Amino acid sequence: MENQELTTVETARDLGLLPEEFDRIQEILGRVPNFTELSIFAVMWSEHCSYKNSITWLKTLPKDGPRMLAKAGEENAGLVDLGDGIGCAFKIESHNHPSALEPYQGAATGVGGINRDIFTMGARPIAQMNSLRFGDLSLDKTKWLVKGVVKGISHYGNAFGIPTVGGELFFDECYNINPLVNAFSAGIVKAGETVSATSYGVGNPVYIVGSATGKDGIHGAAFASKDITEDSVNDLPAVQVGDPFQEKLLLEATLEVIKTGAVIGMQDMGAAGIICSNSEMSAKGEHGMIIHLDRVPMRQENMKPYEILLSESQERMLIVVEKGKEALVEAVFDKWDLNCAIIGEVTDTKRLEYYMNGEKVADVPADDLVLGGGAPVYKREYREPAYYAENQKFKIEDVAEPENLVEVAEHLIGHANLASKRWVTDQYDSMIGTSTMTTNRPSDAAVVAVKGTDKAIVLTCDCNSRYVYADPQKGTAIAVAEAARNITCAGGEPVAITNCLNFGNPYIPEVYWQFVGAIKGMGEACTKFETPVTGGNVSFYNQSSDEGPVFPTPTIGMLGVMDEMDNLMTLDFKQPGDLIYLVGESQNDIASSQYLASYHKILAAPAPYFDLEKEYAMHQVVKQLIKHKVIQSAHDVADGGLYIALTEAAMPNRLGFDIESDSSIRKDAFLFGEAQGRVVVTVAPDDQERFVEMMATSETEFSLLGTVNGSGDATVDGELFGNITDIKMVHDNVLHVILGDE
Amino acid sequence: MKFGVVIFPGSNCDEDIIHVLQNVMGQQVVRLWHKDHDLQGAEFIVLPGGFSFGDYLRSGAIARFSPIMQEVIQFAAKGGKVMGICNGFQILTEAGLLPGALLHNRNRKFICRNIYLKAQTPNSLVTRGIDPQRALKIPLAHGEGNYFADADVLKALNDNDQVLFRYCDEAGNITDDSNPNGSLENIAGVTNSGRNVFGFMPHPERAAEALVGNQDGLAIFESILSLANA
Amino acid sequence: MKTFLAEIDVMPKKEILDPQGKAVTGSMKNLGLSEIQNVRIGKHISLEIEADNEATASAKVDEACKNLLANLIMESYNFTLTEK
Repeated sequence: MENQELTTVETARDLGLLPEEFDRIQEILGRVPNFTELSIFAVMWSEHCSYKNSITWLKTLPKDGPRMLAKAGEENAGLVDLGDGIGCAFKIESHNHPSALEPYQGAATGVGGINRDIFTMGARPIAQMNSLRFGDLSLDKTKWLVKGVVKGISHYGNAFGIPTVGGELFFDECYNINPLVNAFSAGIVKAGETVSATSYGVGNPVYIVGSATGKDGIHGAAFASKDITEDSVNDLPAVQVGDPFQEKLLLEATLEVIKTGAVIGMQDMGAAGIICSNSEMSAKGEHGMIIHLDRVPMRQENMKPYEILLSESQERMLIVVEKGKEALVEAVFDKWDLNCAIIGEVTDTKRLEYYMNGEKVADVPADDLVLGGGAPVYKREYREPAYYAENQKFKIEDVAEPENLVEVAEHLIGHANLASKRWVTDQYDSMIGTSTMTTNRPSDAAVVAVKGTDKAIVLTCDCNSRYVYADPQKGTAIAVAEAARNITCAGGEPVAITNCLNFGNPYIPEVYWQFVGAIKGMGEACTKFETPVTGGNVSFYNQSSDEGPVFPTPTIGMLGVMDEMDNLMTLDFKQPGDLIYLVGESQNDIASSQYLASYHKILAAPAPYFDLEKEYAMHQVVKQLIKHKVIQSAHDVADGGLYIALTEAAMPNRLGFDIESDSSIRKDAFLFGEAQGRVVVTVAPDDQERFVEMMATSETEFSLLGTVNGSGDATVDGELFGNITDIKMVHDNVLHVILGDE
Repeated sequence: MKFGVVIFPGSNCDEDIIHVLQNVMGQQVVRLWHKDHDLQGAEFIVLPGGFSFGDYLRSGAIARFSPIMQEVIQFAAKGGKVMGICNGFQILTEAGLLPGALLHNRNRKFICRNIYLKAQTPNSLVTRGIDPQRALKIPLAHGEGNYFADADVLKALNDNDQVLFRYCDEAGNITDDSNPNGSLENIAGVTNSGRNVFGFMPHPERAAEALVGNQDGLAIFESILSLANA
Repeated sequence: MKTFLAEIDVMPKKEILDPQGKAVTGSMKNLGLSEIQNVRIGKHISLEIEADNEATASAKVDEACKNLLANLIMESYNFTLTEK
């Protein structure tokens, strides 16, 4: 490597490394790194790969649980035991910044990336979700982003052939510049058929399979390199293009190659490409590798070593194979017409040695690159922002109660945040796989049968980021509680979570304070619900110079299990005459509700009422009601409050409701407040006695709200709020009116 | 009956139809890989839904040149029964085994939801057992399902009773509002003049079990089997 | 053998609704370009072909268009050939 130019602290800075990090690299190597080596450290020590600014806090989250097969950070995704020798791998990941730039391809490649994380473990994906947040929907830019993101997810996910069964859609102007696109996937694997992201066995061949490598996603390094020219800039693709067909081939070939028994370890290539897979697998397996970069199949000409190493080209996998079994592996990739090339072999040096046309171009120790090894760890400063204390001063008395609550109801029904999501969901294939149990039976969470077993997995994504902004700790605990409530109402048992932590710049103490609070709240709630955190991803820098950070948005993807499929509970009212009960307590609270934010346009408020202990107790009662078949429907009270929950339950079968309010609290709070810990259930008259008995033995409050009617009228205290047919017409078409259908 | 399900590399509804034929309908099924030339003695060939070869040029355009399709084309020419669902229907039109073509949906978006269908003729294997007044609730999932044929072909289809299904509303009325994708005359599926090749866009295999909460699709499979067994 | 470059245009047939073109025509109005009408959107395909002469090359490209690149039920095509 004598003839290669050595680097300086300036180059290190251009690559995003701190001066002390450059010193540390020289210590590790015992010399000054060349550009290839420095770019390796820069990308591996970036927040994205090393979690250097977040890991200290992430480590405080509960990781253990009776059902955990692979804990957070151990593999590409968390792995949960469903029983009977079946495991479920699941994870959520962000693709925010690429989607802001080019929504269609950004979102599509996000879907590709999360699915590779699942099948690289040997699990076949069976369900996907996505959690989307955009800015003000009246802006043309927002409409462009929504249309592009949804089309990208639709195109990639549908062709890949895994149903998209649920998700979130939320609009607020804080996301005008920085939309959030979080993609979730869950897959099923038989015990003993999982594959680890590891590498060992001296002499074992290292394969790269799938798409050819191009100069994708290497802008940062390319601009820091000294030899950048106008021509080489033009060679850098501005956008990564996803190829779902290639991904589908990769899925089938990957699962088939695992069955050959020839695979030692495997990892997909996402962020930081070959170098990331090489270093993480080698560090885990405590071995090294010699890699010949010129043997990597390339899509573009004249690629430099650092470009090949850092390339984020999609639809690729790295596989370490047991020596002597090469033919078995190659036959599988040949069958699926995929590239499959040996690029090097495993060594016992614990170093990664890279060659280009016979010349050594980099030599770095694997362990020093990775999280848990030599990657730096920082404790960032944090400070309570001024707005937090202001929020606590909010009093409901300061907000005049509107005289016309029907008008408020109409405002909420017509609001994009509460509208039917069918403009979006109709573009996703939700039924492929013939296992989605909730397409024809609406439920608070998606329920997907695991073929060949009597079980189903229950999935939901939740985060009301307005609550998290108001109070990060409480707001995040609410996100976990809401996810658990949705799974419970669908008849499932909450098991574990994955998280996607979308925040602003971590170097701003007020932003980091939001992050710390969110982690504390998540830890508390996950401990209470016994849902360990299996992993996920951190996305900082969702912030632009002119708009400030987005609402802190720790999206919770929760997995539940349904051991008997007839435990499935739906949210829709079934029969006129059924009694409508509220399980949980009404509160005189409108804090941080959609009603307060969009009708009164008041943002300075604390998070809504929430009591973790009572919430947990309420879930246990609901589980009993479902298990003993005491109730006809269950639907949680969430965004938009009780009135919206009632209309959502009424719409599927076009039934109405007649309810009475609670005179002890304000009627706007009763109808539109978003106090947590409440579920609307319906009970057939014949079951009323059993219901009341079962509720009476619990400590959870409950009250009779009224009855379901067949006329479709929605009445409160005798006042007509509308007919469900008209309400449904508005609710169904809010997004169509704004976004168009042609 | 012995069914042969063709598997292209981008097929993704292959396992769904195999599951229904095997486990729900109790039939024998063989998998036919696109690179093979052997139909393995199958008596009824099914081309499943999916994205055969990525469908980048046009849906089904490349699939029809695969080795197995040469066998399927010959099989159909001799009167063998062939049925295409969704992408399978697109492939059959590209291969010239069925008249017409499938254009992009009228709203230029992928559409996945339940729609209603009415059987249009008692004179076909797949519709014979279905009550012509019944509106079947069947899922749809495609981006290119807008059926098109020129005026002469369309006239011939109607004159020869070759339309299998039309889109309708819940009450069975065939209206423009109930046409999800812009198909000519609400056509959802057709047969050839020899009445041995069948194609339609909706997915009855997604509505064939209590598990998914909809069993309207069984009517189509039962129609196929009742006649085969008769 | 010579190498020819074929530039092929595949267009939706005139009689067929072109929803993409229709949508783009509509959006021209929003841009203040209402003079623009009848936008139709097709595909442009370029390929290289080796042949002894232009007539042979033309025949082969024509075959490729007919059999694969265009679906004559809904699309029409035309192409130009230039020697490289």
